[in-house]
Amino acid sequence: MIAVVDTGGANLKSVTNALCRLEAEYCLTSDPKKIAAADRVILPGVGAARDAMRRLEAANLIPTLKNLKQPVLGICLGMQLLFESSEEGDVACLGLIPGRVVRLKDDPSARVPHMGWNNLVKCDSEEPLLSGVDEDDCFYFVHSFRAPDGPWVKAMTKHGELLPAIVSYGNVKGVQFHPEKSEQPGSKILRSFIQC
Amino acid sequence: MLRKRLIPCLDVRDGVVVKGVKFADHVVMGDIVELARRYRDAGADELVFYDIKASTVGATVSRSWIERVAVLLDIPFCVAGGIHDVESARTVLAAGADKVSVNSRALARPQLITELADAFGSQAVVVGVDSKIVDQASNDWQVYQFTGSAATMRSTGRRTLDWVREAEERGAGEIVLNCMDQDGVGSGYDLEQLKAVRSQLRIPLIASGGAGAVEHFGAVFKEADVDGALAAGVFHAGLLTIAQIKDYLRGEGIEVRL
Repeated sequence: MIAVVDTGGANLKSVTNALCRLEAEYCLTSDPKKIAAADRVILPGVGAARDAMRRLEAANLIPTLKNLKQPVLGICLGMQLLFESSEEGDVACLGLIPGRVVRLKDDPSARVPHMGWNNLVKCDSEEPLLSGVDEDDCFYFVHSFRAPDGPWVKAMTKHGELLPAIVSYGNVKGVQFHPEKSEQPGSKILRSFIQC
Repeated sequence: MLRKRLIPCLDVRDGVVVKGVKFADHVVMGDIVELARRYRDAGADELVFYDIKASTVGATVSRSWIERVAVLLDIPFCVAGGIHDVESARTVLAAGADKVSVNSRALARPQLITELADAFGSQAVVVGVDSKIVDQASNDWQVYQFTGSAATMRSTGRRTLDWVREAEERGAGEIVLNCMDQDGVGSGYDLEQLKAVRSQLRIPLIASGGAGAVEHFGAVFKEADVDGALAAGVFHAGLLTIAQIKDYLRGEGIEVRL
């Protein structure tokens, strides 16, 4: 059973619809017990870091999320929340991966938000999430902030600068793009997570 | 490298897809879910559903067809028409849409853009702008309002270049510029106007109105440097396929998603 953390965001439906299409067993929940007991946990998120952390706090989910031992996948803002802090609203996050999330550099040739389809570069061939992903596969990105560089980066994407697109650190993984909105390539990533 | 996007727009009225010419004379094109699936399979990068009735009559866009589309669609889609406050936007986003687009309601109350961006983030807030030339000599464009039907349509007196800048400052994540003089005519995008608007903005800009041939897509990406091109009639009538356009663009050295 996959627990999709009900972060109160407006886009939860996209994630659960994608899991339905993959015929995966899931529950959408904000119950710490259900989340702790799940085989896998997905932390979705669209919106702003400060609001999202506030909602997790209000639901008393932070201690649970900090102590998960099963595979965890953060999506977009959900990935950014895995780090120690975010410049977006200058807020402390879950601290499961070191470093701070910062705003994308403003560059006339690389507009912010980074919105649209982009390919992956500098992929780590050992990363299980990348299994079956081709060089030309594109993924749907929508974000204005970026994760920090480090050994946890397993794939990057280029939008002006090179940005982390997939991170993995112990049992915790994150994707900056929206696999649930990235057609077949996105399904491959979600399926790999379900099987990892 | 970020790909240039091709975005079919489906005008929705009473739960079916319709298409008009120069904002009038709507004819039924088919079922929403069926057309959404067809465009997704054909390689559309994103879809826009524009509820033309919800926009003019004052009704809120219906949740049921958005849910039906969301179950099926694994590419992003935006819903326009009938979004007048945070709650109506929440309904649409919770049903599975990725973005909402506001137009007339934002003109009537620009604060709406800020409220939506604060509630859902700029990435979910598109501002649609219907624009027409008012002075050929000075290249002055103005924003039109309530363009869902010829009877309600009227100029706002606002300059397009001022309005797009204000929309960005208020938190819009993307602008769709619908060039009304070209809409439904198929003679090419309004490159002059798009270039002028592009120079005012830092956020993504989507061109709309006038596509009729593959060269039009090449020109709008190369000359006006837009991030995406929206079209309706050219796709619905089967004049061009998305694959044909993408093949052409790739040949021109423009990066598209395969």
